[in-house]
Amino acid sequence: MVCTGYDLSNSVFSPDGRNFQVEYAVKAVENGGTAIGIRCKDGVVLALEKLVTSKLLKKDANKRIATVDRNIGVVHSGLLPDGRHFVSRARDEAASWRGTYKAPIPVSSLANRMGAYVQAYTLYSSVRPFGITAIIGGWDAETEVDVDGVVGSGPKMGSGGKTKGVKEGGPYLYMIEPSGSYWGYYGAATGKGRQAAKAELEKLKLNPKDDECITLEEGVKEAARIIYVAHEDSKDKDFELEMTWVSAVNGPTKGKHEEVPKELREEAERLAKKSLEADDEEEESKMEE
Amino acid sequence: MSLQHHHGQFHLTFPTNPLPLGSPYFTQSTKGYAHCEIHLLLNQLNPTIMNHLPQAWGRPRDDIYGSYNPAYLPHSRGGYQQSQHPTSHTQSPIVTGTSVLSIRYKDGVVIAADNLASYGSLARFTDVRRLKKFNRKAVVGFGGDVSDMQYLDRLLQSLNTEENYADDGGAGLMTAKNLHTYLSKVMYKRRSEFNPLWNAILVAGLDETDRPFAAYVDLLGTTFSAPTLATGFGAHLAQPILRRLVPDEKASEELTREAAVEAVRECMKVLFYRDARSMDRYSIAVIDKSGVDIREDEKLEEQSWAFADRIRGYGTQTV
Repeated sequence: MVCTGYDLSNSVFSPDGRNFQVEYAVKAVENGGTAIGIRCKDGVVLALEKLVTSKLLKKDANKRIATVDRNIGVVHSGLLPDGRHFVSRARDEAASWRGTYKAPIPVSSLANRMGAYVQAYTLYSSVRPFGITAIIGGWDAETEVDVDGVVGSGPKMGSGGKTKGVKEGGPYLYMIEPSGSYWGYYGAATGKGRQAAKAELEKLKLNPKDDECITLEEGVKEAARIIYVAHEDSKDKDFELEMTWVSAVNGPTKGKHEEVPKELREEAERLAKKSLEADDEEEESKMEE
Repeated sequence: MSLQHHHGQFHLTFPTNPLPLGSPYFTQSTKGYAHCEIHLLLNQLNPTIMNHLPQAWGRPRDDIYGSYNPAYLPHSRGGYQQSQHPTSHTQSPIVTGTSVLSIRYKDGVVIAADNLASYGSLARFTDVRRLKKFNRKAVVGFGGDVSDMQYLDRLLQSLNTEENYADDGGAGLMTAKNLHTYLSKVMYKRRSEFNPLWNAILVAGLDETDRPFAAYVDLLGTTFSAPTLATGFGAHLAQPILRRLVPDEKASEELTREAAVEAVRECMKVLFYRDARSMDRYSIAVIDKSGVDIREDEKLEEQSWAFADRIRGYGTQTV
């Protein structure tokens, strides 16, 4: 890069219209542990490759995937404190939404607000862009939700302007980059192993219109496997798998964002390791031929 | 405006422009009923005296009480307030719930409240749930103003959501005791601002060592605890019955769940007999180590009215 001063200050356009400071923030993200999100037929899975920097760190402590409101999860890759700040803001946004509308914030609205917030940090030279890419996954209630604080059943007619039997809500997944740009995804990956993870995600059947769209349980197993695959390139370092999920009200998490139960996670990890070993053997046998 | 007395009739003339707020309605002193009637008449005729803005209602007369201190009024009306409206606080409850009862037994607590929200003497809303589950260790029962109950319900929901962020696997779960402390601070702060939440509240559940816990807090921030508790009419009618069963802590520690539930159901019946703001549909919850068992559409059973057709008149009547 020709250093002519266009990369020294945030919010400065280079002659070809780029904000170099934002691009440097992306570099910080690319160093972080791999984080992925999978949108399944009946829920969303979030998974994180948490690099273990010391044997003195307590196992299963220092959780990195955060909950926003009750039904939304956020996983991020990059600078950890920036992620904390992001989550804190997301929680405030969710609370403020409830204050106004007396109902949980839809995942799409949260993504929109957080996108706007992150983008604001590319507008001024007095601030620096977020050094994270965040994946937001959640479940919007598909049943009619009571207004917060409701005390009775109210009128028997139901709320106005609604067509009977119409279902809304479902699983949602968004990824927000340091520039503030965000899109909805079937499967999203960020961090060091994102290329390998994306290649694996593309092999999965994730289109909701497709009858074969994978289920939440399958998603959990795939998520664990993909994190293990993405870790292959930095095999020498230890890591912990952190995994959360959110399902419909009648699913395993009852519409809440929760940690994947220990037994299920360990089973998924066992399968992941097994599939990696199988791959290795396959390669070895090919080599021998 | 002027007022003339002619042949026993009052004649009123009005200025062409409506009076500005706070200006004297009468230039000379009038007395007795005549004044009241004129005032009422004026209220109907002059929109600046009686309008839809509550801050203009019932303004004392300047000629009697001196000019009004406008400090509490907004800038636009000559005062010093930033807001468009003068500060107003809850003066009285509007839609209300009646008694809440609770009794501690050896393993847990039973709490109950009926499903009625009254609008004065009108039984306005008949499916109002006044017991709110907080978590598996705590239930809150609300009496008093229903809009304030809804506010508190939202406050507790947001508190619960924030508590959930800690993510310590349930180790730091808020107990009923924690919740009661929190609510008592909220209630006391609000009354200290002369803007109370018009409720009497019972918090029932378990404390940090999983022992039964129940305590009271009301709109003044007053708190107390006892083996049996009741708010409103319940304090007069249910407490004596519950105390006969559980006179002291020791009796409470020996009481079974069945006996506790039975006693509360009996008290709900007595309250329905004698409290005109009560109803025969009610909610009852039992909280113990296994969690919260809440039933929200119970009906009073085995009421006794058969004696009524033997009662004739008020003394001498025999048929």
